[in-house]
Amino acid sequence: MAKDGEIDFFTTRFEDVINFARKNSLFPLPFGTSCCGIELMSTLASGYDMARFGAEVVRFSPRQSDLLIVAGIVNLKMAPVLRNIYDQMADPKWVISMGACASSGGIFNVYSVTQGIDTVVPVDVYVPGCPPSPEGLLNALLRLEDRIAKGDTYSQRRERAQSPLLGGSK
Amino acid sequence: MSNSKFQNDLPLDIARWAQPGRLDISLRKDTDDLFEDSKMLVNIGPTHPAMHGAFRCMAKLNGETIEKSYCEFGYTHRGKEKLGENRTYHQFVVYTDRLNYCSALINNVTYAMSVERLMGIEVPERAIWIRMMCAELARVTDHLICVGINAVDLGAFSFFLYGYEQREKAYSLIEKLCGARLTTSYTRIGGLMADAPVGWEKELKEWVKETRTVVEEMDKLLTDNRIWLNRTKDVAVFNKEQCLQYSFTGPNARAAGVNVDLRRDQPCMYYDQMDFDVPIAQVGDVFDRYYVRMEEIKQSLNIIVQCADRIKPGPIWADDKRTRIPDKDVVYNTMEGLIHHFKFFMTGFNVPKGEAYTAFEAANGELGFYISSQGGPTAHRMRIRGPSFWHYQGLDPMIKGGYLADLVAALGSINVIAGELDR
Amino acid sequence: MDIRHPVPTIYGYFQEKYGAIWIEEIGKLKESFGDAIENVLMPVESPVDIPTLFIKKAKAHELLNLLKNNYHYSFLTDYTATDEMGVDTTSADAPRFNLVIHLMNLENKARIRIKVRLHEGEAFETLIPIWAGANWAEREIFDMFGIQFDGHPDLRRIIMDMRWEGHPLRKDYPLRGYQVFLTPEPLDPELLK
Repeated sequence: MAKDGEIDFFTTRFEDVINFARKNSLFPLPFGTSCCGIELMSTLASGYDMARFGAEVVRFSPRQSDLLIVAGIVNLKMAPVLRNIYDQMADPKWVISMGACASSGGIFNVYSVTQGIDTVVPVDVYVPGCPPSPEGLLNALLRLEDRIAKGDTYSQRRERAQSPLLGGSK
Repeated sequence: MSNSKFQNDLPLDIARWAQPGRLDISLRKDTDDLFEDSKMLVNIGPTHPAMHGAFRCMAKLNGETIEKSYCEFGYTHRGKEKLGENRTYHQFVVYTDRLNYCSALINNVTYAMSVERLMGIEVPERAIWIRMMCAELARVTDHLICVGINAVDLGAFSFFLYGYEQREKAYSLIEKLCGARLTTSYTRIGGLMADAPVGWEKELKEWVKETRTVVEEMDKLLTDNRIWLNRTKDVAVFNKEQCLQYSFTGPNARAAGVNVDLRRDQPCMYYDQMDFDVPIAQVGDVFDRYYVRMEEIKQSLNIIVQCADRIKPGPIWADDKRTRIPDKDVVYNTMEGLIHHFKFFMTGFNVPKGEAYTAFEAANGELGFYISSQGGPTAHRMRIRGPSFWHYQGLDPMIKGGYLADLVAALGSINVIAGELDR
Repeated sequence: MDIRHPVPTIYGYFQEKYGAIWIEEIGKLKESFGDAIENVLMPVESPVDIPTLFIKKAKAHELLNLLKNNYHYSFLTDYTATDEMGVDTTSADAPRFNLVIHLMNLENKARIRIKVRLHEGEAFETLIPIWAGANWAEREIFDMFGIQFDGHPDLRRIIMDMRWEGHPLRKDYPLRGYQVFLTPEPLDPELLK
């Protein structure tokens, strides 16, 4: 830390190392509700392996995971449940909105569907497709890793805003 | 600390505890229970680790026994029946794949068949053969995923991966056919989206040969396995009478002895010329449902080979002017083609007034479309009879008195797909 | 090998197999029920694919029991409703809802359709004593259309959230009528007593 409080060399390098560790060991929580869930399963299986990017350990409990992959439709009945799950996760947490239905309601602009989960949780990466090809999801994962490395995701911005060490206000 | 209220020498009924499956509901009163009504409520909530979809099952447990349960769904309701009233018949094809998304081609085929029946369109031969091959291919993939997930829930993980490899190859085949892996939207009303590429049938036949050996291996893994038999024999029994009361169809009903298969009994496309058997079991427990599905995979592979042998080149569109989407060179070069294309996609074609219920033997059971039309371009009522709806209702009586672990086995064996359940 | 079938008449694809059986059975039913059967639509003559009987609400149970036990239409394939608002413009007091019941005969695999016309607010007696599977079907009809069922042990919403207002599949409910909830659906411990 420099004399006038700005972030100095040592903190920056440390942050890089931490981000490197975080991005290469994501623990996904597959929130698979419908068709995209099947493609998510395909991505986790051996054909298009997600384990080679570090995201092998799939944890179904929000307390034990940090990446929420919302794959499939999120209803108005399911939206509060999704918010609950998101709130139960510990910081830092990231959200991938997989598929057209999760990103924007998809082809279903009807009475019972949220038009996009970004009305419920803050989303870091959107994956288009109905359902997205497993390669698309892997692309999204790599993009998320890039953004984690840069420190550009909602969760990290929140961290910086709230932590005095990293130059925040709290 | 000895409390006189406790009986220290309760007879340990080992024989009863060691039997899998049902206990009597009339349990003797548990005198160790200090709190009379302290039965545990377990909520197997909407975020399901078993990857079946999003539905909820609440069970009231007495120890490990389920005394009462109630099942709830609706977390993936997408309003397809209301959408059917607001989209033209052609636009609705896209929504039909998302019904039973593990076997999307069957839904497409059923929907196209139901609208064609309302309009009196006769589809040419080649389209029918391709539709039949697609339906059986989709059926095989659905059954592989169903028994796979059932095994994963009960701990047999590698069984699932054997079948998964074949599913990935089937996805590549489907991708060659229509461009999409999962949600295909392949059939059109009056024909198909595009012809099968040259040599597709040969690749399909090779896939069938591979799948036959893989299914044999899978069979050897589980069918005589003592652990599997202990987990699934006489678990969640649903006998023939209950199946008929709860309107079970498909492999769940055939596992209990109901001898109905719509491919054989109400043959629609060219199924009456196909040579296949229909496996029927007697008991109706989880093992029977698993075994009926494994046998059905083998029969479907036979049907695919027979279709692939008989298919000949030919047109894939019916000659009907109402539903035939004009070819691109006609659209771009003639005025009539342009106007026809415009009217087709903007307003849709009118289906004459009437109603019909068309049912087909989907992978799960009887998938039916009851379409009531008032003569316009959109349906007046598009009712989708999804088999999973009726099957999920039977889960409650099936697991009453069973263990909590049997609930997981039963849920996996009924093959509830959330897309069909909630529509 | 000429495998091309002759072009079927629209709606006539079961006529060959079951035509005679249907005519006989419907004739007998018409005799026993007389006036209670408001209308019968037979395939090919009218635009339906299986015989469709319109029956008055009061005699519906009798007819269904008779069909299940004597005529062997013992399998309830589908149980749903349709909203006919604005279709019948002839009479001002036309019933709004049609309850539609599809039955299947498991021996010869014939099908039949029974329709019961209900006004808005009119309740129908539950079919659970005849088929236990009608339980959830009736809950779904209540949820989507608002038709009440007398004698149903547990008539509450099944697909929509329990706090939802309105019945989505009615014609006057908008396609995009969203209703947002901020808390998950509450658990009702009464249901497990």
